[in-house]
Amino acid sequence: MSRIHVSATVNGEPVEFLCEPTQTLLDVLRDQLGLTGSKEGCGSGDCGACSVTVDDRLTCACLALGAEMEGRSIGTIEGLAHGDQLHPLQKKFVEMAALQCGVCTPGFLVASKALLDRNPDPTETEVRYWLAGNLCRCTGYDKIVRAVMEVAAEMKETSR
Amino acid sequence: MQQTTYAAPRSIDEAVGLMAASGGAARILAGGTDLLVQMRAGSLAPGAIVDVKRIAEMTTIVEEAGGFRIGAAVNAAEIGEHAALQRAWPGVVEAINLIGSKQVQGRASAGGNLCNASPAADSAPALVAAGAILTVQGPKGRRELPVEKLHAGPGRTTLERGEILVSIALPARPPGSGDAYLRLIPRTEMDIAVVGCGVSLTMKGDTCVSARVGLGAVAPTVMLVEAAGAALAGSRLDDAALEKAAAACRAACRPIDDKRGTIAYRTKIAGVLLRRATLVAAKRAGGH
Ligand SMILES: Cc1cc2nc3c(=O)[nH]c(=O)nc-3n(C[C@@H](O)[C@@H](O)[C@H](O)COP(=O)(O)OP(=O)(O)OC[C@H]3O[C@@H](n4cnc5c(N)ncnc54)[C@H](O)[C@@H]3O)c2cc1C
Ligand code: FES
Ligand code: FES
Repeated sequence: MSRIHVSATVNGEPVEFLCEPTQTLLDVLRDQLGLTGSKEGCGSGDCGACSVTVDDRLTCACLALGAEMEGRSIGTIEGLAHGDQLHPLQKKFVEMAALQCGVCTPGFLVASKALLDRNPDPTETEVRYWLAGNLCRCTGYDKIVRAVMEVAAEMKETSR
Repeated sequence: MQQTTYAAPRSIDEAVGLMAASGGAARILAGGTDLLVQMRAGSLAPGAIVDVKRIAEMTTIVEEAGGFRIGAAVNAAEIGEHAALQRAWPGVVEAINLIGSKQVQGRASAGGNLCNASPAADSAPALVAAGAILTVQGPKGRRELPVEKLHAGPGRTTLERGEILVSIALPARPPGSGDAYLRLIPRTEMDIAVVGCGVSLTMKGDTCVSARVGLGAVAPTVMLVEAAGAALAGSRLDDAALEKAAAACRAACRPIDDKRGTIAYRTKIAGVLLRRATLVAAKRAGGH
């Protein structure tokens, strides 16, 4: 029936899509735009596997509608790497084994990037609170937190 | 079944018109952190979704008459980043910033938190303590109501059919004022209050000249506990006054009994949080 036409940008590229009025942003990204990096863990805002940014604001894509995105700028995990060049957070997650099954990883990376964009020098407590909305059933969190702290430390080093 | 429609009006009049046209089947969408969860769970199937985030009056914070007017749909992250609001009403801001995760805060609004009418809504006790005044608009025009008059029961408000919460006004405060919100949850983050307590007070030297207390998660609605405010007002916040106010909070409790907190536990904690929140508010007021 009446599908809604939406123009937005995803990772800096203009996109257009048609969506059902109640279709979530997560379903639009995955099913319409082929961006399957964002995962659905719960669909209810609890796990953070669907983390994206909308106009630079960290958001659960499962709790937003595609129809709301007219004119908005969406950032997903697919926007982190530049071609083959991984983002420092991605590199560090690999290096420090901050992932096992990997389902939670895109969400953690998007959320961690949003943190470092705002606060390049967070304390461990700040990292843990910021990532409280991302659940991981495998790693026990410690390696993830340490990887984020390590990237922050390296960023400080290079900006000096 | 009829398909749900989606609209994002640019003005409140337009939004009110859409609500009226739906004959009660429409739902306001602010951040969607309750609405979309309920729709997905199948407990709600609105005929129309009216997204209010393109309405300037509902998405901005303005300083007004020495106080603040917060658009009902402003998200929690933006509220937390507003330095002047944070300085004037740290308790209100900390309550709103306890809602969910960073992801949830990027969307969740204080207006949605109030309108969803959970007895455990974190923003509500702090806004009740603050004496917030709500502006509501519906088919019959605009009206104002004190925030403690909004909740009618779990999930129910006193809003009439087609009425929209437009904004939340926080009054100007006399010097020597402070507020605080504390909640008890079994975890450190991402949990629902077992008890929540907001206190707002004004000090003159060591004496508390006025106080308001809001209590959440211990009754079907968030409450203004007038007797607790009255017990603090006029006192030096000495132990006797704190105990009298704590007793008033315990007496106001009509909590549920569940695995997250028994009746006895919730009742006791209401008094404990009252004491602690009062002392934090007094410290912020500069009086203690
Ligand atoms: C993972 C997670 C964790 C959470 N943790 C907490 C927590 O710790 N504490 C807490 O208090 N809450 C918590 N919540 C719930 C909290 O996010 C919501 O209550 C939120 O504040 C609602 O705001 P919203 O803008 O998302 O509202 P929406 O979901 O858009 O709307 C909520 C309801 O209010 C109605 N509504 C919204 N705005 C208006 C308006 N202006 N006028 C009339 N009706 C309106 C809607 O139609 C809907 O029925 C959590 C939610 C999630 C998903
Ligand atoms: S899928 Fe969105 S938070 Fe779990
Ligand atoms: S790596 Fe498996 S859930 Fe996090």
